[in-house]
Amino acid sequence: MKRVAVVGVAQTRFERRIVDRNYADLIYEVTTGALEDAGMTIDQIDNVITISNDFWDGRTISSMAITDACGAYGKNVSTVEGDGTFGMLYGAMRIWSGSFGTTLVVAHSKSSEGSLPLITNAMFDPIYYRPLGLDAISSAALQARAYMDRRGANPEDWALVSVKNHGNARYNPYAQLPMDLTVEQVMASRPIADPLKLYDCSPVSDGAGAIILAGEDWVSDLRQKPVWLKGVGYAAEPHYLGDRDLSNPQALTQAAKGAYEMAGLTDPKTQIDFFEIYDAFSYMEPLWLEGLGVCPAGEGGKLTSEGVTKMGGRLSVNPSGGVLSAHAVLVAGLVRVIEVVLQIRKTAGAHQLDRARIGLAHGINGPCGQSHCVWIMGEN
Amino acid sequence: MGRRVAITGFGQTHHSARRWDVNGLELIQEAVSRALEDAELSLEDIDAVVIGNMDHFEGINYVDTWSVEGAGAFMKPILKVTTGGTTGTTIAIAGYYHVASGLFDNVLAIGWEKNSESDTTGAIITCSDPIWDRFSYSGAIPSLAVEASAYMKRYGVTEKDAARVTVRDRANAVNNPYAHLRKAVTIEEVMSSPMLTEPIKLLDICPRSDGAAAVIFSSEDKATRICRCPAWIQAVSVRHDTTWFGDIDYTRLVSLESAAREAFKIAGIREPLKEFDVCELYLPYSFAGLKWMESIGFCGPGEAPRLVWDGQTDMGGSLPVNPSGGVLSTNCIGATGLLRVGEAALQIMGRADKRQVEGARLAMVTGFGGCFWSDVLVLGAEKP
Repeated sequence: MKRVAVVGVAQTRFERRIVDRNYADLIYEVTTGALEDAGMTIDQIDNVITISNDFWDGRTISSMAITDACGAYGKNVSTVEGDGTFGMLYGAMRIWSGSFGTTLVVAHSKSSEGSLPLITNAMFDPIYYRPLGLDAISSAALQARAYMDRRGANPEDWALVSVKNHGNARYNPYAQLPMDLTVEQVMASRPIADPLKLYDCSPVSDGAGAIILAGEDWVSDLRQKPVWLKGVGYAAEPHYLGDRDLSNPQALTQAAKGAYEMAGLTDPKTQIDFFEIYDAFSYMEPLWLEGLGVCPAGEGGKLTSEGVTKMGGRLSVNPSGGVLSAHAVLVAGLVRVIEVVLQIRKTAGAHQLDRARIGLAHGINGPCGQSHCVWIMGEN
Repeated sequence: MGRRVAITGFGQTHHSARRWDVNGLELIQEAVSRALEDAELSLEDIDAVVIGNMDHFEGINYVDTWSVEGAGAFMKPILKVTTGGTTGTTIAIAGYYHVASGLFDNVLAIGWEKNSESDTTGAIITCSDPIWDRFSYSGAIPSLAVEASAYMKRYGVTEKDAARVTVRDRANAVNNPYAHLRKAVTIEEVMSSPMLTEPIKLLDICPRSDGAAAVIFSSEDKATRICRCPAWIQAVSVRHDTTWFGDIDYTRLVSLESAAREAFKIAGIREPLKEFDVCELYLPYSFAGLKWMESIGFCGPGEAPRLVWDGQTDMGGSLPVNPSGGVLSTNCIGATGLLRVGEAALQIMGRADKRQVEGARLAMVTGFGGCFWSDVLVLGAEKP
């Protein structure tokens, strides 16, 4: 299998509502940005993966609107509908297959133009689940409650995750919500869906991201130090929430196992230097860390309260501020990848970690992290 | 092209205007179990799943996660791809790359649509830009009517020439037990059917169907063990045209010209009309069965009517097109392109029963959709 690296990245600043650019404009911005970062021209890109979703875009065949903006005309192009980590996966497969040398992967989101409850209600079974009013937030609340009931998780630990990640975001110029918060402020914030409060939830964000993947025969000529894809795994749990143990992210465990094996990691919690994981809600960070096998089930919260996951801690988690600080749906997983790349390149700026040789990026699809994608990336 | 990949199994549902008897998941499950049966595999043999449809037809968001139980993807990798009308061929091409990447040995590719639950035109209209294009672009039929008109004017092609394409595909569908419209029609019936958008009449255009298709892609060493004569993927190519309907050159299908050229180069095909034994082409309306034959390079511009009237594309002709009955007989949109791939694979495997083209060893498949986008696949009995 040919080795593949990320050689160019770009992201927009994430905002609650971008009014001066449409999403094709955002895609153009990150496409040119990633090319510039890599020191490439669009002619050197031989295939393109766009990531879009007809519901969030409010258009059918939504990828049609960005064919021009991402320079896909005349090239082999395809569209993944799902988180950016999954789009990157298809992009990498195309290089691994030997058919292509360079893949541009682009993702955009203007969540501000849609209705989150309606759009995420539409991901549920239409007969039995939708009439209950389930959406991304209310289903997450069920998962948070299951996490408390079955694993003894403590919402104050989650509040600390929010404090930590919004605090980290202060050093990330692309983040939407850099904040100085206290646990008391998080705990006292407005209830959204019990047990989740306002500061347990990620914001609605507009923005875009792009990465350029290249096979090993390409990387020596390019501007940036390549960041290599070392391992990937993905898997899905059942759809019906009642058929899942929401406190046990078993698909994540399986996805991580695949990624660790492919990357040749035998003891991930000591071998991985930092994590960028999909904390759409504060409780997700410790729950996903348990699923990733870096601590025993039920002990994810302790990692935060003991400072293990803080920036520069033994396991730095979400030094960028995470999804809690900017959540452009579909883009957010790709941003996790971009942040891992910036860290490994040592160009993350104010939130640069001292130790960042091997990083993990993670994305989710579906309600309550039904489907997970795990990437291991490294400098070698 | 990368690692060798072959199709080792294909399953499809029985298609109809309204499958009252199943919901979406059950429809998918019907195709998946038939594909597994065809390949003599069980779900445990499947390493990953790729699925697709068009979101707004059923109004289900994140179909990959919603479909896990029907797709047999419990605790498996699953990915969703979608590109409008080309979705079915996009799924097939993704299935190919999944295996070619070396990550997986057997990959299940699923396309489905339950059009009876949709307002098809209402959903399609929203593909165009809300500010600039939507007021003038009113669904799939009018944009195809523009194409047909431009083609007729330039080459003197007639509505009757196009009707001959419908007659061929609908006659073929009689041999396909899964097809939605299994009744042969005459030229007169096509010509006298109700006008929808000049020059497209009711029998010039595809139906909307409920249905699903599932195709199994396997790595080289698995393929030869699973299937006596697997259908090897010789080439795949994709071209998407511009974002704006007003920028399209309606006298040519530029995307198909370009995709076919690339695929033929990869597969080493110089004389497509002579070299291909059979085609499963995504012809959503009759005029495409003329103009797009020229775009592929089966004949020169304006020459397709003669090719079709001479019977060369009929069963028993030198290049049978759409032995399955094609899109004009069955159109479950997200599955339509994948049905073309599966039907072409059946031809290579020699499993097409009454619709078998004797001795078929090289097959061409196309997909059409989006803003005049084209996909091309070449399948063959020989390893590439």
